[in-house]
Amino acid sequence: MTATEKSTSAPRRLQWMTATVRDVLDETPRVRSLVLDIPGWPGHRAGQHVDVRLTSEDGYQAQRSYSVASPPEAPQVMLTVERLPDGEVSSYLAGDLRVGDSFELRGPIGGYFVWIAALGGPLFLVGGGSGIVPLMAMLRHRAAASSQVAATLLYSSRTAADIIYRSELDRLAGKGDAFRLVHTLTRERPSGWTGLARRIDRAMLAETAFTPEASPRIFICGPTPFVETAATHLRDLGHTAHLIKTERFGPSGR
Amino acid sequence: MNGPPISRGFRGRGRGSDASARVPPGQHLVTDFPVLSAGPTPPADLANWRFAIDDGDSPVGEWSWEQFNALPQTDLTVDIHCVTTWSKLDTSWRGVTIDALLEAAGLAEPPGPFALIHCDGGYTTNVPSEDLVDGKAMIATQFDGEALDPEHGGPARLLVPHLYFWKSAKWVQRIQFLDSEVPGFWEENGYHIYGDPWREQRYDGD
Repeated sequence: MTATEKSTSAPRRLQWMTATVRDVLDETPRVRSLVLDIPGWPGHRAGQHVDVRLTSEDGYQAQRSYSVASPPEAPQVMLTVERLPDGEVSSYLAGDLRVGDSFELRGPIGGYFVWIAALGGPLFLVGGGSGIVPLMAMLRHRAAASSQVAATLLYSSRTAADIIYRSELDRLAGKGDAFRLVHTLTRERPSGWTGLARRIDRAMLAETAFTPEASPRIFICGPTPFVETAATHLRDLGHTAHLIKTERFGPSGR
Repeated sequence: MNGPPISRGFRGRGRGSDASARVPPGQHLVTDFPVLSAGPTPPADLANWRFAIDDGDSPVGEWSWEQFNALPQTDLTVDIHCVTTWSKLDTSWRGVTIDALLEAAGLAEPPGPFALIHCDGGYTTNVPSEDLVDGKAMIATQFDGEALDPEHGGPARLLVPHLYFWKSAKWVQRIQFLDSEVPGFWEENGYHIYGDPWREQRYDGD
């Protein structure tokens, strides 16, 4: 990492704020986006995350981290949450929570897995499942900032029904502004599917990534084995380790 | 005074167990071992592996993999706490305590009050020297009786279990003792300079 990417903000305590749900959007059968009103929200950069804290009626609290899905330019903060089978917090956020409900949140957090348009590109984004969320914030930021930086998203989903933000991604890819969208599905090949249908591998990364000579800024987010695979292949293909930024989540990581 | 908003219908599962006294505020227990790293996992290369201790810019000790494994080994079973809110109890490690390393380097105590830990890939983290000695920290090469997996920091990682786990830096190569405190990688990126889980020192200013 270079000095220009270091956080220069003065130390400040991250205060717990109250987020009120303005809207909920069902993205897929297991994934829901929450559009939040957060008085006092200080703004964020694409790729950062927040800590969410829930309090039950008897005072029990549980805390987890979630990536911000919205770009800095959006009027409201959006989180996108995948409901995990055993998810103490995710099953509430992407299940019981209703418009008008409130919970605590603090952030933004993280100055590393961040892209701002001024950093330039090219930009190579690799997402697995709900690992798309911080990458979507970057793509939304790129669009909102009218950045012409060449960008490619390689996005692995289990099935077509599991693709998060599908229509918005199609719309961004249709603008003809140097954004390339590559889907791959790992558990089905629906009739009429023209995209890739296998787990990410070295050949897929070699074909979709920019060349190492182009020095793309690479952001990889997804489950641990997915991130390990992508990062290792990209390094072996000749991409510089310090340009490869990763964010992983295990079964309990969020 | 208003309390936090109550999440209607949220019950949670984490309370009431015998282990709860061992779980710091804001943490929850896991039984698996999640992986969090900022970049690619470096390939293990034991033939060229070195571990060094520096006093400022002067090397005071260096060990090859064989030499390192010939040092007195210590077993440690500890609870670990990640800033991303998971905690894992009774994790078993084997390695060389920082005390033993200092002794092997002929030093009675750390040559400076602050330590900057350097790792493969350029990652750094800072720890006060007093948090590394008296059996509180080691360079770990085994987890659960097995060689430490590369994605968990193998061949060797620092283990400072009483601080948030980002301080237990993976792929450790060098401890540099310094006269003043130099913030490491996450510490430059908004995380707490010290990182005590029992005081919930997650972020700058906590």
